[in-house]
Amino acid sequence: MKGLKQFVLAAVTTTASMVGFVGSANAADPILIGEINHYKRMAAFAEPYKNGIELGLEQINAAGGVIGRPLEFIYRDDQGKPGEAIKIAEELVSREGVAMITGTILSNVGLAISSFAAEKKVVYLASEPLADALVWEAGNDYTFRLRTSTYMQAAMLAEEAAKTDAVTYATIAPNYAYGKDAVAAFKKALLALRPDVEFVTEQWPALFKIDAGAEAQAIERAKPDAIYNVTFGGDLAKFVREGTTRGLFDGRAVYGLLTGEPEYLEPLADEAPEGWTVTGYPWYDLNDDANKAFVDAYLARYDTHPKIGSLVGFMTAQSIAAALEKAGSTETEALRQAFVGLEVSTPVGDIVYREQDHQSTMGAFVGTTALRDGGGVMVDWTYKAGADYLPSDEEVARLRPVSK
Amino acid sequence: MGLFIAQLLTGLANAATLFLVASGLSLIFGVTRIVNFAHGSFYMLGAFVGYSLMQVLPGAIGFWASVLLAGIIVGIIGLIVEVLVLRPVYKAPELFQLVATFGVILVIQDLALLVWGATDLLGPRAPGLKGVIRIMGEPVPKYDIALIVLTPFVLFALWYLIARTRVGILVRAATQDREMVAALGVNQSWLFTGVFFLGATLAGLGGAIQLPKGGADLLMDFNILAAIFVVVVIGGMGSLPGAYIAAVLISVLNVFGVSYLPQSTLVLMFVVMAVVLIIRPYGLLGREEVAGEHGQVGEPDRPIKPAGTVARVLVALLLLALFALPLAGSHYLVVLATDIIIFCLFAASLHFLLGLGGLVSFGHAAYFGGGAYVAALFVTHANTPMELAFLLAPLGAGFAALIIGWLCLRLTGVYFAMLTLALAQLLWSLVFQWDEFTGGDDGLVNIWPSEWLSDANTYLYLTIIVGVGGIILLRHIAHSPFGYALRASRDSQRQAEATGIDTKKIQLMAFTIAGVLAGVAGALFVFSKGSIFPNELEIAKSFDALIVVFLGGVKTLSGGVVGAASLELTKDYLTRFEYWRLVLGLLIIAVVILAPRGIVGSLRVLFERVRGASK
Repeated sequence: MKGLKQFVLAAVTTTASMVGFVGSANAADPILIGEINHYKRMAAFAEPYKNGIELGLEQINAAGGVIGRPLEFIYRDDQGKPGEAIKIAEELVSREGVAMITGTILSNVGLAISSFAAEKKVVYLASEPLADALVWEAGNDYTFRLRTSTYMQAAMLAEEAAKTDAVTYATIAPNYAYGKDAVAAFKKALLALRPDVEFVTEQWPALFKIDAGAEAQAIERAKPDAIYNVTFGGDLAKFVREGTTRGLFDGRAVYGLLTGEPEYLEPLADEAPEGWTVTGYPWYDLNDDANKAFVDAYLARYDTHPKIGSLVGFMTAQSIAAALEKAGSTETEALRQAFVGLEVSTPVGDIVYREQDHQSTMGAFVGTTALRDGGGVMVDWTYKAGADYLPSDEEVARLRPVSK
Repeated sequence: MGLFIAQLLTGLANAATLFLVASGLSLIFGVTRIVNFAHGSFYMLGAFVGYSLMQVLPGAIGFWASVLLAGIIVGIIGLIVEVLVLRPVYKAPELFQLVATFGVILVIQDLALLVWGATDLLGPRAPGLKGVIRIMGEPVPKYDIALIVLTPFVLFALWYLIARTRVGILVRAATQDREMVAALGVNQSWLFTGVFFLGATLAGLGGAIQLPKGGADLLMDFNILAAIFVVVVIGGMGSLPGAYIAAVLISVLNVFGVSYLPQSTLVLMFVVMAVVLIIRPYGLLGREEVAGEHGQVGEPDRPIKPAGTVARVLVALLLLALFALPLAGSHYLVVLATDIIIFCLFAASLHFLLGLGGLVSFGHAAYFGGGAYVAALFVTHANTPMELAFLLAPLGAGFAALIIGWLCLRLTGVYFAMLTLALAQLLWSLVFQWDEFTGGDDGLVNIWPSEWLSDANTYLYLTIIVGVGGIILLRHIAHSPFGYALRASRDSQRQAEATGIDTKKIQLMAFTIAGVLAGVAGALFVFSKGSIFPNELEIAKSFDALIVVFLGGVKTLSGGVVGAASLELTKDYLTRFEYWRLVLGLLIIAVVILAPRGIVGSLRVLFERVRGASK
């Protein structure tokens, strides 16, 4: 029981210190936004994203802030645990007094915060998580999502795939929700366009534990005309290396979800695959004003180039500023209503947070991979608007619960 | 036929890294009895160091020199870790050192991030071994062939070292009976340091040699950990040929699993481990552990006694303070207190099993997460009212514990621990993969409490009553005749049986009770968060509980609770900082070295010393 004595002491001291904290909050200060992300274990993705937000905030605040106040983000690490993220969300809302919550790259953390947002009536902008469930099956009034979802990106690739005469397909995707969603969406979209297509094998390596040699052999065994790849990060690097060494990609069309994003393509260096059809972010070849302005500002501000996360971070700051401006206050209800149908001008053009499912119409760049100066790039790309790759309104209505 | 052979070769090539890393772990465990969680970190360091060296050293000679150097550098890092961190705590209770190695993991993670940055590094290819050879028409990478040829030489060299040299004789002797080796005048601490150096070197080699097939990233440490433990256990702890056979078995089965049962990738090796352990309780080539070597290291446990008046008053005051917490006006404080009490109950349930029962479970999260999932599944699929689901959770968790306990209690020691881990992993993968029913890793959401409990303050009251009630209940059981029988079974199974105690039955009951209480914690958890995901069933969650039990003091009654509360409070504060893992890791290491009896145990000794001096 002496242990409990310790606990009392600890509890009393923290209580005291926390009460102290609460007293120090003050009005007429910046508008605070809570940002929860996987900063530590996935720093390679989180850092460019955070830089994007910071760049956005600098521009917004230099222009006088929003509704007369500066905008500021509080960044917290979720440790990859949904339960931890909820605790942090509670703290951000109740102790820091944030106007709303945003962030998360991991879909499960996003879903946990989304459920929290609906229950505790807090606005949540899911900036990075891709899970379709966020806006459909588990969608709710308080959750909005910025990034082009799994379904949308898979549908874009399926459209490209349908143009070829490939009939048999193999899929390879990490064995978790994102991978399964990505394969299901691609199959559905492709079969709708080309009912004669056949999926001859589906490979499901464990996330970040791929046995690339075995996967390459298994796909080779099925002799498909084309391959649909959802692996990313270290898994992608291993798969590309083993596949190239073993000649798996010779004479086959390959479609890679997210493969063209600098986060995944750059680490491959001169081993980047050539001729894959991918979604990604060709920052190096963007010429139109809005996109180029962002890339140039980013290059000037940081010593490095933007990645897709940087763009998403920048657009997150823009979206939140626009919503606050439209709402005219930081009140949750006003903010929530402001997000519904919110229009934002971004580097990739105007986007809308759709009324029917709160998904933004941010699109994606689709192109072909090639080698240039010893690194992988996307060529012959086009920007596809997100609005064209979402299911019909009736289908969305069927997927989405009435109201929660 | 060609494909079959090619697949076999892929499996053999994959076995190389696995064998190198696992053999190091096996050696370290065999001699020092340390369950080295940081072994994955040595592997990761090997990859990073090897990568950096390969940037500098050119050509084929440079490549292989880099691999060797990476191994040696990591070996030296291992040596430093052993001397600074582990040597001071060899006398601590069994398995206590794993807490120290956990601290090392955290420190290495942040240091690697500082040195090499966050971006994944793609490993350089081995010069001269880039292409493929065609075997019966099937392409086989040359580097795979090199690995297949190389591994048996490493195995042979290790075997020669262990079987034919004087050092090897000492290592084998120490594996069988440490005290006897010490009695014969062998300097044990240098033997331990040497073995640790060798083990870390092997891990570093493993990390460097896989570079041409992969690369270096910051997730490598945890990603390989489960696999190498599985290999070591299947092969038999301490057996090098066993580790080789197991590495080949797992790798080859995995290659065929990928081809013919692609969904099996998450779970295959745990199924193999569970099957092997149920048929051969000590692994393929392992030997039965010598009785007496485990259990009682260091001073014997003290008899437990009921709390004194002072302690009772303090607990009463603490409870009052907790009930008065909402008056402090901070919503977050209420949420934090709820989280901490839930974790304390979870830790206390493991502590009951580990401290009083001497049963080291590595898979305790199965009952915590299991309970939470039972409640969530009833709410999601049957619209069960929250109150009823809350009651069903501990029942479900207890049922799972009864079955898993029944299967595991045929084994003892580390094999028992590993089987609990394997079965917990099976449950995890079931939940992870059964999308339609459990939601997979997208979890189950919108599991909120009933209206009357939806206020955070009210929920805190529920948590205090149920959580603290559960902790006190466990304490009462410790003082009951059942508690005495349980401790008797832990301290001497033979003598306990001679007095008419059915030790297996007592242990199974204890396992079930611990499962039920963990299930209660799980139920409190799921309704406080409103959602549940498979990560609450993961190995990491089990280890969280394991670490706080040791940190608090395994040989004290309140160790679990104190450890849990201290660590949660510390973490809550530290995670606000950029390099919190480094700080937390150093803090854990400091506590381990300064308080080898755990927080409560060491404070008690200190307190007694002060009182003794003043008398």
